[in-house]
Amino acid sequence: MPKEYRTIQEVAGPLVMVSGVSGVSYNELGEILLENGEKKRCRVLEINGSNALVQLFENSTGINPETSRVKFLGHTMELGVSEDMLGRVFDGLGNPKEDFEIIPEKRMDVNGVPMNPVSRNYPEEFIQTGVSAIDGLNTLVRGQKLPIFSGSGLPHANLAAQIARQAKVAGSNDKFAVVFAAIGITFEEANFFVEDFKKTGAMERTVLFVNLADDPAIERIATPKIALTTAEYLAFDKGMHVLVIMTDITNYADALREISAARKEVPSRRGYPGYMYTDLAAMYERAGRLKGRDGSITLIPVLTMPEDDKTHPIPDLTGYITEGQIILSRSLYRKNILPPIDVLPSLSRLKDKGIGEGKTREDHANTMNQLFAAYSRGKEAKELMAVLGEAALTELDRMYAKFADEFEKEYVSQGYNTDRTIEETLNIGWRLLSMLPRAELKRIKDEYLDKYYGKEG
Amino acid sequence: MADGVIKKVSGPLVVAEGMQDANMYDVVYVSRHKLIGEIIEIHEDRASIQVYEETSGLGPGEKVISAGMPLSAELGPGLIGSIYDGIQRPLKEIEKKAGTNLKRGVSVPALDRDKKWEFTPKKQDGEFVSQGEVIGEVQESGAVLHKIMVPPGVSGKIVRIKGGEFTVTDTVCELEEEEGKRHELSLMQKWPVRKGRPYSKKLPPDVPLVTGQRVIDTLFPIAKGGVGTVPGPFGSGKTVVQHQLAKWADADIVVYIGCGERGNEMTDVLNEFPEIRDPKTGKTLMERTILIANTSDMPVAAREASIYTGITIAEYFRDMGYSVVLLADSTSRWAEALREMSGRLEEMPGEEGYPAYLAGRLAGFYERAGRIDAFCGEEGALTIVGAVSPQGGDISEPVTQATLRIVKVFWGLDSELAYRRHFPAINWLKSYSLYLDRMKPWYEQNTAADWTSFRERFMRLLQEEAELEEIVKLVGMDALAKSDRLKLEMARTIREDYLHQNAFHEEDTYTSLAKQFIMMKLMLTFYDMAEDAIEQGVGIEQIMSLEARERVGRIKYLPQQDCEEELGDIVSALKTELEKLKAEAKKNA
Repeated sequence: MPKEYRTIQEVAGPLVMVSGVSGVSYNELGEILLENGEKKRCRVLEINGSNALVQLFENSTGINPETSRVKFLGHTMELGVSEDMLGRVFDGLGNPKEDFEIIPEKRMDVNGVPMNPVSRNYPEEFIQTGVSAIDGLNTLVRGQKLPIFSGSGLPHANLAAQIARQAKVAGSNDKFAVVFAAIGITFEEANFFVEDFKKTGAMERTVLFVNLADDPAIERIATPKIALTTAEYLAFDKGMHVLVIMTDITNYADALREISAARKEVPSRRGYPGYMYTDLAAMYERAGRLKGRDGSITLIPVLTMPEDDKTHPIPDLTGYITEGQIILSRSLYRKNILPPIDVLPSLSRLKDKGIGEGKTREDHANTMNQLFAAYSRGKEAKELMAVLGEAALTELDRMYAKFADEFEKEYVSQGYNTDRTIEETLNIGWRLLSMLPRAELKRIKDEYLDKYYGKEG
Repeated sequence: MADGVIKKVSGPLVVAEGMQDANMYDVVYVSRHKLIGEIIEIHEDRASIQVYEETSGLGPGEKVISAGMPLSAELGPGLIGSIYDGIQRPLKEIEKKAGTNLKRGVSVPALDRDKKWEFTPKKQDGEFVSQGEVIGEVQESGAVLHKIMVPPGVSGKIVRIKGGEFTVTDTVCELEEEEGKRHELSLMQKWPVRKGRPYSKKLPPDVPLVTGQRVIDTLFPIAKGGVGTVPGPFGSGKTVVQHQLAKWADADIVVYIGCGERGNEMTDVLNEFPEIRDPKTGKTLMERTILIANTSDMPVAAREASIYTGITIAEYFRDMGYSVVLLADSTSRWAEALREMSGRLEEMPGEEGYPAYLAGRLAGFYERAGRIDAFCGEEGALTIVGAVSPQGGDISEPVTQATLRIVKVFWGLDSELAYRRHFPAINWLKSYSLYLDRMKPWYEQNTAADWTSFRERFMRLLQEEAELEEIVKLVGMDALAKSDRLKLEMARTIREDYLHQNAFHEEDTYTSLAKQFIMMKLMLTFYDMAEDAIEQGVGIEQIMSLEARERVGRIKYLPQQDCEEELGDIVSALKTELEKLKAEAKKNA
């Protein structure tokens, strides 16, 4: 029976100071027992002699320094996991939302253990999401972490749901699961996902963790870790290919800032703590594949960029850790290009090893580079056109400008229900490139030009 | 020595009491798990320790034992082809011992204690040797001859030296100093990582490190023994630039430090390097490479140590007279680790929360680069290229600024170029190399006398392009003189066909200096011919749509041996076609 302390000295925001403790260790999980029998979970943030500084995972309502008791459980935060979790909904701390109980097969430390870089398997299996702007230009592979950078009011939820619904590896029957973590989003948005999963029959292979906007902010600190722990279990113990979707990381980062501010730490940019990079990295890096295991974790975090600013610390630090990013653009959305993926600043770092002969098609890399270059030139021409008028453009620049328009309409704007195969995506690409003179397509090898140029449509 | 007792635990920082016997920067073993840490601050008998492993579960009352020596690297045969974490623990051995995930408290020596190496003595009994002299050799990998040197600070007469098969700890040589003090030398030596290894003399850097990357070798070259930096926002291709340098730089040894970066990037190197052959030695790249991987999810304090571990290994090979390249990706993560520890020590912060000593530490690191006369009598060089990841791509932040004050080569990456998929996204207007003048004689002797003038013409065209584009934005293309329009077209050719280089194309990934020269010559010859044709009334569109013009853009994909011939072919084809156009123009006039 662990010892109970009645020595709460101070409660400030999410932090509680307990004095006179002994045998307590760093990062240990604790419980604060209120007089009315309520339990609140917490963990040790710092231990200094006989003083323990603990951080609550729930709000501090009802804690009384006189009557509340604290006990430490002798282990770090753990999650009981089992295959029965599939198809169920949990709260942000991993407690079942509905009336059922999970009999854990195993208990796992939610903080995870870093993978040995030597033991990682390089991600190179192409995942077909059915979205051309992703498959063709910013290809997703199994074990990748590819965030969606969005802004308030942009349709990232629709895109994330579309990916969850359509993602598949061509010609494979591997076991597949989705772990979805809602971090501080509204009921409506969370419900959109639940309904979408139910409607498409994806629910039975999905585990949902839901921390809504009106749940305590501090609970959000644990939600992504709990989701990833479940994913690790399904992937590396049960051999499933797990797609983890987490939305919205911005809310997580704000909770992190709240704790840091309560501890009066020296802030880095915009008040976020200096260790935010490390904290986010410890989370994102849990995606991947391991040698000798069948499963994989592919991670798609969604974050809303405050003021659509890509240099804000949250998207910025995320971009430095993840293997690329899919960026949504407000101006495309206004033009009714759906999904409004801005392909130029978007990037998948792992695409090069996931495409080409035997994976997608031999001409994929070449056409991809050419589409990027041509679209970029087309956009420049359009800018010039806006200033000087169409007459000031050369014949070639006019072609490029037209190409850019068609590219957005045909290639990017496919709606949320079109599921294109990679062949279809590549062929649309060729149809668009054939609008340009052959001599302009310098990034494509002659043999592919001979084979595909001008052959489509 | 008395043991200490843990008083406080706060993340990677542990404070212990009863440490009166310990020195600053001594290594300590913390708690029953024997986690490795380093003392970074002392108040009376209280020592602040940065612990290199996860500290969950540690609490007051546990023991802290001092090792009585600073953090040191093990240097000897077995380094090549290894992958280490930030404090030189071999990750492959740890995988064998502890499985796929990094559990803490696993203790494995950096160099394999059981493996035997064939040692060939180069000195004889009775000879006098001093520090840094080579006493024998071990053929460590196909590409690397590992020279066994007398450790720094040791000298004497060889009493006994023997060849044969030895492990790294076996005694292979005994020395006797004049006063009679004896030293037993083994294949391995240790050196504290935070201290630079001694050498005889520093030399000015005037030989380029050839990288096969056209924008670097031609426009902004780095010297052997020089220091350079690659800052850029995410997605601008920092890591690809670093990987390309690791692959193609003409160095004998490459030390690659993945400091706080992605795990998969290290896996990529591990998978790829054993497959690629070094064009110089014909051996695989792994046979000249040492990796230090402290990925972003590994403990933060070890990240701080990783760059010192890496540079100590690099200096060791430099001392053998080799040309070593050290790539650090990314120094910003290292600086962040410094900031995190500084914050936990409750130090007064400088800019953006970084400690006030950031600039000093960075300078101390980069200053360990250089071309030197080693004690072994040969010339060694240590080149450092550090990547910087400025927040939001804003290079006014403290890490970039402190770095720029030290380094001589700046390859500024540009996200605009990256969006256009122009790689390497090195901005030709912002970047610079301060070694150009020093290396000019080398280029002119070893490539061609025209090299420098060609380079200058390239730079001038690119400069003029930027100015002309401003004008085009205001008044449109039609308002430009014909010669200016040609300049724009030529600058575009330079950008798209010369500076753009595809790291994933088998031929384009590496371009020798000879081929670079041919390419420059071809483009400038074309320019001169076109300029002449325009003067004689030929239209620009006509020139740009010439058939031979397209071949100019494709020469980069040809193998080097075919380039000389192709150059002649294209030039004569251009001549014929242009003559025809000129004649037509004359007729029409």
